Amino acid sequence: MRLKEYWELFTAFARVGSMTFGGGAAMLPILQREILERRKWVTEEELLDYYAIGQCTPGIIAVNAATFVGRKRKGIPGGIVATAGMIFPSLVIILILAAIISSVSDMAVVQNAFAGIRVCVCVQIFNAVVRLAKKSVVDVWTALIFAAVFLMNIFLPLSPAWYVLFAAGAGILLHTLGIVKKGGAA
Amino acid sequence: MIYLQLFYEFFKAGLFAVGGGMATIPFLYAISASTGWFTHAQLADMIAISEATPGPLGVNMATYVGFITCGIPGAIVATVGLVAPSVIIILIIARVLQQFRHNPYVEQAFYGLRPASTGLIAAAGVTVVKVSLLDQDLFAATGVWTDLFHWDALALAAVILVLTNWVKPTKKLHPILFIAAAAVVGVVFRFAGA
Repeated sequence: MRLKEYWELFTAFARVGSMTFGGGAAMLPILQREILERRKWVTEEELLDYYAIGQCTPGIIAVNAATFVGRKRKGIPGGIVATAGMIFPSLVIILILAAIISSVSDMAVVQNAFAGIRVCVCVQIFNAVVRLAKKSVVDVWTALIFAAVFLMNIFLPLSPAWYVLFAAGAGILLHTLGIVKKGGAA
Repeated sequence: MIYLQLFYEFFKAGLFAVGGGMATIPFLYAISASTGWFTHAQLADMIAISEATPGPLGVNMATYVGFITCGIPGAIVATVGLVAPSVIIILIIARVLQQFRHNPYVEQAFYGLRPASTGLIAAAGVTVVKVSLLDQDLFAATGVWTDLFHWDALALAAVILVLTNWVKPTKKLHPILFIAAAAVVGVVFRFAGA
Protein backbone atom coordinates (compact mmCIF):
# COMPACT_ATOMS: atom_id res chain seq x y z
CA MET A 1 0.00 0.00 0.00
CA ARG A 2 2.77 2.41 0.91
CA LEU A 3 4.59 1.69 -2.32
CA LYS A 4 1.48 2.62 -4.24
CA GLU A 5 1.39 6.05 -2.62
CA TYR A 6 4.99 6.71 -3.61
CA TRP A 7 4.17 5.58 -7.13
CA GLU A 8 1.25 8.02 -7.25
CA LEU A 9 3.52 10.81 -6.05
CA PHE A 10 6.08 9.94 -8.72
CA THR A 11 3.58 9.74 -11.58
CA ALA A 12 1.70 12.89 -10.53
CA PHE A 13 4.88 14.95 -10.71
CA ALA A 14 6.04 13.18 -13.85
CA ARG A 15 2.79 14.44 -15.41
CA VAL A 16 3.49 17.97 -14.22
CA GLY A 17 7.06 17.77 -15.52
CA SER A 18 5.96 16.52 -18.93
CA MET A 19 3.32 19.21 -19.35
CA THR A 20 5.35 22.24 -18.29
CA PHE A 21 7.31 24.20 -20.85
CA GLY A 22 9.96 26.54 -19.51
CA GLY A 23 9.30 25.94 -15.82
CA GLY A 24 8.73 28.62 -13.21
CA ALA A 25 5.56 30.61 -13.78
CA ALA A 26 4.34 28.28 -16.54
CA MET A 27 4.11 25.49 -14.00
CA LEU A 28 1.71 27.07 -11.52
CA PRO A 29 -1.55 26.45 -13.45
CA ILE A 30 -0.54 22.84 -14.11
CA LEU A 31 0.34 22.26 -10.46
CA GLN A 32 -3.00 23.75 -9.51
CA ARG A 33 -4.87 21.35 -11.77
CA GLU A 34 -2.89 18.19 -11.04
CA ILE A 35 -2.00 18.51 -7.37
CA LEU A 36 -4.70 20.77 -5.98
CA GLU A 37 -7.90 20.15 -7.95
CA ARG A 38 -7.46 16.53 -9.05
CA ARG A 39 -5.66 15.08 -6.04
CA LYS A 40 -6.34 17.61 -3.28
CA TRP A 41 -2.89 16.99 -1.78
CA VAL A 42 -2.43 20.63 -0.82
CA THR A 43 -4.61 23.68 -0.23
CA GLU A 44 -4.58 26.74 -2.44
CA GLU A 45 -2.79 28.73 0.27
CA GLU A 46 -0.13 26.06 0.72
CA LEU A 47 0.55 25.94 -3.00
CA LEU A 48 0.93 29.71 -3.24
CA ASP A 49 3.15 29.66 -0.15
CA TYR A 50 5.38 26.99 -1.68
CA TYR A 51 5.52 28.99 -4.82
CA ALA A 52 6.48 32.20 -3.04
CA ILE A 53 9.16 30.34 -1.06
CA GLY A 54 10.39 28.70 -4.26
CA GLN A 55 11.04 32.16 -5.60
CA CYS A 56 12.99 33.25 -2.56
CA THR A 57 15.15 30.18 -2.15
CA PRO A 58 17.91 29.16 -4.51
CA GLY A 59 17.37 26.42 -7.04
CA ILE A 60 14.82 25.32 -9.57
CA ILE A 61 11.35 26.57 -8.63
CA ALA A 62 9.61 23.47 -10.03
CA VAL A 63 11.87 21.22 -7.97
CA ASN A 64 11.28 23.27 -4.84
CA ALA A 65 7.51 22.89 -5.23
CA ALA A 66 7.78 19.15 -5.87
CA THR A 67 9.96 18.68 -2.78
CA PHE A 68 7.49 20.61 -0.62
CA VAL A 69 4.43 18.65 -1.74
CA GLY A 70 6.22 15.30 -1.56
CA ARG A 71 7.51 16.02 1.92
CA LYS A 72 4.06 16.98 3.11
CA ARG A 73 2.62 13.69 1.81
CA LYS A 74 5.33 11.22 2.77
CA GLY A 75 8.14 12.95 4.64
CA ILE A 76 11.68 13.12 3.35
CA PRO A 77 11.44 10.03 1.08
CA GLY A 78 8.28 11.56 -0.37
CA GLY A 79 10.13 14.79 -1.14
CA ILE A 80 12.81 12.86 -3.00
CA VAL A 81 10.33 10.67 -4.90
CA ALA A 82 8.25 13.68 -6.02
CA THR A 83 11.40 15.46 -7.22
CA ALA A 84 12.54 12.35 -9.08
CA GLY A 85 9.12 12.26 -10.77
CA MET A 86 9.39 15.91 -11.74
CA ILE A 87 12.76 15.52 -13.47
CA PHE A 88 12.15 12.08 -15.02
CA PRO A 89 10.38 13.28 -18.22
CA SER A 90 13.10 15.91 -18.82
CA LEU A 91 15.81 13.29 -18.53
CA VAL A 92 14.15 10.91 -20.98
CA ILE A 93 13.12 13.52 -23.56
CA ILE A 94 16.42 15.41 -23.53
CA LEU A 95 18.49 12.21 -23.71
CA ILE A 96 16.61 11.07 -26.80
CA LEU A 97 16.87 14.51 -28.43
CA ALA A 98 20.54 14.94 -27.52
CA ALA A 99 21.39 11.56 -29.01
CA ILE A 100 19.58 12.44 -32.25
CA ILE A 101 21.07 15.93 -32.48
CA SER A 102 24.65 14.87 -31.83
CA SER A 103 24.40 12.33 -34.67
CA VAL A 104 23.10 14.87 -37.20
CA SER A 105 24.94 17.98 -36.01
CA ASP A 106 27.38 17.94 -38.94
CA MET A 107 24.63 18.25 -41.54
CA ALA A 108 24.43 21.64 -43.25
CA VAL A 109 20.68 21.91 -42.76
CA VAL A 110 21.03 21.32 -39.01
CA GLN A 111 23.81 23.91 -38.68
CA ASN A 112 21.77 26.50 -40.58
CA ALA A 113 18.69 25.75 -38.52
CA PHE A 114 20.59 26.21 -35.26
CA ALA A 115 22.19 29.43 -36.49
CA GLY A 116 18.63 30.71 -36.97
CA ILE A 117 17.48 29.32 -33.63
CA ARG A 118 20.32 31.09 -31.78
CA VAL A 119 19.02 34.42 -33.06
CA CYS A 120 15.65 33.57 -31.55
CA VAL A 121 17.33 32.64 -28.25
CA CYS A 122 18.96 36.09 -28.16
CA VAL A 123 15.61 37.79 -28.32
CA GLN A 124 14.05 35.42 -25.80
CA ILE A 125 16.81 36.09 -23.29
CA PHE A 126 16.42 39.82 -23.90
CA ASN A 127 12.66 39.55 -23.28
CA ALA A 128 13.26 37.50 -20.13
CA VAL A 129 15.72 40.10 -18.82
CA VAL A 130 13.20 42.90 -19.41
CA ARG A 131 10.49 40.90 -17.65
CA LEU A 132 12.73 40.07 -14.69
CA ALA A 133 14.06 43.64 -14.49
CA LYS A 134 10.54 45.01 -14.09
CA LYS A 135 10.20 42.97 -10.90
CA SER A 136 13.74 43.17 -9.58
CA VAL A 137 14.97 46.66 -10.49
CA VAL A 138 12.66 48.69 -8.28
CA ASP A 139 14.78 51.69 -7.25
CA VAL A 140 18.19 53.37 -7.61
CA TRP A 141 20.02 50.77 -5.51
CA THR A 142 18.66 47.74 -7.32
CA ALA A 143 19.44 49.50 -10.62
CA LEU A 144 23.02 49.98 -9.42
CA ILE A 145 23.33 46.34 -8.38
CA PHE A 146 21.95 45.25 -11.76
CA ALA A 147 24.35 47.49 -13.71
CA ALA A 148 27.37 46.59 -11.56
CA VAL A 149 26.81 42.83 -11.85
CA PHE A 150 26.07 43.07 -15.57
CA LEU A 151 29.20 45.07 -16.40
CA MET A 152 31.53 43.28 -14.01
CA ASN A 153 30.45 39.88 -15.24
CA ILE A 154 31.24 40.88 -18.81
CA PHE A 155 34.68 42.31 -18.08
CA LEU A 156 35.68 40.25 -15.05
CA PRO A 157 34.63 36.63 -15.42
CA LEU A 158 34.36 35.61 -11.77
CA SER A 159 32.14 32.71 -10.82
CA PRO A 160 28.51 33.96 -10.77
CA ALA A 161 28.30 32.55 -7.24
CA TRP A 162 30.43 35.46 -5.97
CA TYR A 163 28.09 38.05 -7.42
CA VAL A 164 25.15 36.26 -5.86
CA LEU A 165 26.82 36.25 -2.43
CA PHE A 166 27.89 39.91 -2.67
CA ALA A 167 24.44 40.99 -3.80
CA ALA A 168 22.75 39.17 -0.92
CA GLY A 169 25.17 40.86 1.47
CA ALA A 170 24.53 44.24 -0.16
CA GLY A 171 20.78 43.75 0.24
CA ILE A 172 21.13 43.08 3.97
CA LEU A 173 23.67 45.88 4.44
CA LEU A 174 21.54 48.51 2.68
CA HIS A 175 18.63 47.66 4.97
CA THR A 176 20.73 47.45 8.14
CA LEU A 177 22.24 50.88 7.48
CA GLY A 178 18.76 52.25 6.94
CA ILE A 179 19.57 53.37 3.39
CA VAL A 180 16.72 51.28 2.04
CA LYS A 181 13.47 50.92 3.94
CA LYS A 182 11.42 47.73 3.97
CA GLY A 183 9.62 47.13 0.71
CA GLY A 184 12.32 48.55 -1.51
CA ALA A 185 11.97 52.28 -2.25
CA ALA A 186 14.77 54.42 -0.85
CA MET B 1 36.71 12.04 -11.43
CA ILE B 2 34.97 13.96 -14.19
CA TYR B 3 31.65 12.83 -12.70
CA LEU B 4 32.62 14.35 -9.39
CA GLN B 5 33.51 17.61 -11.11
CA LEU B 6 30.26 17.52 -13.09
CA PHE B 7 28.29 16.99 -9.91
CA TYR B 8 30.16 19.79 -8.12
CA GLU B 9 29.67 22.33 -10.93
CA PHE B 10 25.94 21.65 -11.17
CA PHE B 11 25.49 21.52 -7.42
CA LYS B 12 26.98 25.02 -7.34
CA ALA B 13 24.60 26.18 -10.08
CA GLY B 14 21.64 24.71 -8.21
CA LEU B 15 22.75 26.37 -4.99
CA PHE B 16 23.34 29.86 -6.33
CA ALA B 17 20.92 30.19 -9.24
CA VAL B 18 18.14 32.36 -7.86
CA GLY B 19 14.85 33.00 -9.62
CA GLY B 20 14.26 29.97 -11.81
CA GLY B 21 15.34 28.50 -15.14
CA MET B 22 17.10 31.39 -16.87
CA ALA B 23 19.24 31.98 -13.77
CA THR B 24 21.06 28.71 -14.53
CA ILE B 25 22.42 30.14 -17.81
CA PRO B 26 25.21 32.33 -16.35
CA PHE B 27 26.51 29.31 -14.44
CA LEU B 28 26.57 27.23 -17.60
CA TYR B 29 28.66 29.94 -19.29
CA ALA B 30 31.05 29.91 -16.35
CA ILE B 31 31.31 26.10 -16.63
CA SER B 32 31.93 26.40 -20.37
CA ALA B 33 34.69 28.96 -19.79
CA SER B 34 36.45 27.08 -17.00
CA THR B 35 36.21 23.50 -18.31
CA GLY B 36 35.81 23.72 -22.09
CA TRP B 37 33.29 20.86 -21.95
CA PHE B 38 31.10 22.61 -24.50
CA THR B 39 31.24 25.77 -26.65
CA HIS B 40 29.23 28.97 -26.34
CA ALA B 41 27.43 28.13 -29.58
CA GLN B 42 26.47 24.70 -28.24
CA LEU B 43 25.17 26.39 -25.13
CA ALA B 44 22.92 28.68 -27.16
CA ASP B 45 21.55 25.61 -28.98
CA MET B 46 21.02 23.95 -25.64
CA ILE B 47 18.96 26.88 -24.36
CA ALA B 48 16.72 26.62 -27.43
CA ILE B 49 16.28 22.87 -27.04
CA SER B 50 15.49 23.25 -23.35
CA GLU B 51 12.87 25.87 -24.09
CA ALA B 52 11.27 23.76 -26.81
CA THR B 53 10.91 20.65 -24.66
CA PRO B 54 8.76 20.06 -21.59
CA GLY B 55 10.24 20.17 -18.11
CA PRO B 56 11.98 22.85 -16.06
CA LEU B 57 14.51 24.83 -18.10
CA GLY B 58 17.38 24.33 -15.65
CA VAL B 59 16.84 20.57 -15.45
CA ASN B 60 16.73 20.25 -19.24
CA MET B 61 19.96 22.21 -19.59
CA ALA B 62 21.74 20.14 -16.93
CA THR B 63 20.68 16.92 -18.64
CA TYR B 64 21.84 18.17 -22.03
CA VAL B 65 25.21 19.47 -20.79
CA GLY B 66 25.78 16.28 -18.81
CA PHE B 67 25.04 14.17 -21.87
CA ILE B 68 27.38 16.16 -24.11
CA THR B 69 30.11 15.96 -21.49
CA CYS B 70 29.97 12.26 -20.59
CA GLY B 71 26.96 10.47 -22.02
CA ILE B 72 23.96 9.11 -20.15
CA PRO B 73 25.72 8.74 -16.76
CA GLY B 74 26.88 12.35 -17.15
CA ALA B 75 23.31 13.49 -17.81
CA ILE B 76 22.08 11.81 -14.64
CA VAL B 77 24.97 13.08 -12.48
CA ALA B 78 24.57 16.69 -13.71
CA THR B 79 20.80 16.65 -13.17
CA VAL B 80 21.02 15.16 -9.70
CA GLY B 81 23.74 17.70 -8.85
CA LEU B 82 21.51 20.56 -9.97
CA VAL B 83 18.45 19.53 -7.98
CA ALA B 84 20.25 18.32 -4.84
CA PRO B 85 20.64 21.78 -3.24
CA SER B 86 16.95 22.58 -3.84
CA VAL B 87 15.84 19.33 -2.25
CA ILE B 88 18.15 19.73 0.74
CA ILE B 89 17.23 23.38 1.35
CA ILE B 90 13.50 22.79 1.05
CA LEU B 91 13.60 19.74 3.33
CA ILE B 92 15.39 21.87 5.92
CA ILE B 93 13.20 24.97 5.74
CA ALA B 94 9.90 23.10 5.34
CA ARG B 95 9.80 22.79 9.12
CA VAL B 96 10.24 26.49 9.66
CA LEU B 97 8.28 27.62 6.64
CA GLN B 98 6.50 30.63 8.11
CA GLN B 99 9.50 31.89 10.07
CA PHE B 100 11.62 31.65 6.94
CA ARG B 101 9.13 33.43 4.74
CA HIS B 102 8.79 36.37 7.08
CA ASN B 103 12.40 36.55 8.19
CA PRO B 104 13.52 40.14 7.51
CA TYR B 105 17.05 39.06 6.54
CA VAL B 106 15.72 36.75 3.85
CA GLU B 107 13.65 39.55 2.35
CA GLN B 108 16.61 41.94 2.53
CA ALA B 109 18.99 39.47 0.91
CA PHE B 110 16.57 38.89 -1.93
CA TYR B 111 16.23 42.62 -2.47
CA GLY B 112 19.88 42.48 -3.57
CA LEU B 113 19.78 39.01 -5.12
CA ARG B 114 17.02 39.61 -7.66
CA PRO B 115 18.67 42.45 -9.61
CA ALA B 116 22.02 40.61 -9.43
CA SER B 117 20.47 37.49 -10.94
CA THR B 118 18.89 39.62 -13.67
CA GLY B 119 22.27 41.26 -14.34
CA LEU B 120 23.94 37.85 -14.66
CA ILE B 121 21.33 36.67 -17.15
CA ALA B 122 21.75 39.89 -19.16
CA ALA B 123 25.53 39.32 -19.28
CA ALA B 124 24.95 35.75 -20.49
CA GLY B 125 22.65 37.24 -23.13
CA VAL B 126 25.58 39.30 -24.43
CA THR B 127 27.51 36.07 -24.98
CA VAL B 128 24.60 34.66 -26.98
CA VAL B 129 24.58 37.87 -29.05
CA LYS B 130 28.27 37.35 -29.78
CA VAL B 131 27.77 33.86 -31.19
CA SER B 132 24.58 34.59 -33.09
CA LEU B 133 24.54 38.19 -34.30
CA LEU B 134 28.22 39.12 -34.52
CA ASP B 135 31.07 37.87 -36.70
CA GLN B 136 34.08 38.84 -34.63
CA ASP B 137 36.53 36.73 -36.66
CA LEU B 138 35.68 38.46 -39.93
CA PHE B 139 35.76 41.86 -38.25
CA ALA B 140 39.17 41.15 -36.73
CA ALA B 141 40.46 40.11 -40.16
CA THR B 142 39.08 42.99 -42.22
CA GLY B 143 38.59 45.79 -39.69
CA VAL B 144 35.53 46.98 -41.61
CA TRP B 145 32.78 47.71 -39.08
CA THR B 146 29.99 46.44 -41.35
CA ASP B 147 31.68 43.04 -41.23
CA LEU B 148 31.09 42.88 -37.48
CA PHE B 149 27.40 42.08 -37.89
CA HIS B 150 25.53 39.18 -39.42
CA TRP B 151 23.02 41.53 -41.02
CA ASP B 152 20.53 38.78 -41.91
CA ALA B 153 20.59 37.54 -38.31
CA LEU B 154 20.17 41.10 -37.04
CA ALA B 155 17.11 41.55 -39.26
CA LEU B 156 15.59 38.31 -37.98
CA ALA B 157 16.26 39.38 -34.39
CA ALA B 158 14.50 42.70 -35.01
CA VAL B 159 11.46 40.94 -36.49
CA ILE B 160 11.20 38.47 -33.58
CA LEU B 161 11.66 41.31 -31.08
CA VAL B 162 8.77 43.25 -32.60
CA LEU B 163 6.52 40.17 -32.91
CA THR B 164 7.10 39.05 -29.32
CA ASN B 165 6.64 42.48 -27.76
CA TRP B 166 4.43 44.80 -29.74
CA VAL B 167 2.26 42.83 -32.17
CA LYS B 168 -0.87 41.76 -30.30
CA PRO B 169 -1.82 38.58 -32.22
CA THR B 170 1.72 37.12 -32.08
CA LYS B 171 2.78 38.39 -28.66
CA LYS B 172 1.14 35.55 -26.75
CA LEU B 173 2.25 32.77 -29.09
CA HIS B 174 4.27 29.95 -27.59
CA PRO B 175 8.08 30.42 -27.72
CA ILE B 176 8.41 27.08 -29.56
CA LEU B 177 6.69 28.60 -32.59
CA PHE B 178 9.31 31.35 -32.79
CA ILE B 179 12.11 28.82 -32.38
CA ALA B 180 10.65 26.70 -35.20
CA ALA B 181 10.19 29.73 -37.46
CA ALA B 182 13.75 30.91 -36.76
CA ALA B 183 15.04 27.43 -37.67
CA VAL B 184 13.21 27.59 -41.02
CA VAL B 185 14.57 31.08 -41.74
CA GLY B 186 18.06 29.86 -40.82
CA VAL B 187 17.80 26.95 -43.27
CA VAL B 188 16.28 28.97 -46.12
CA PHE B 189 18.80 31.81 -45.88
CA ARG B 190 21.76 29.55 -44.93
CA PHE B 191 22.53 31.39 -41.69
CA ALA B 192 25.55 29.23 -40.87
CA GLY B 193 26.84 29.62 -44.41
CA ALA B 194 26.79 25.82 -44.62
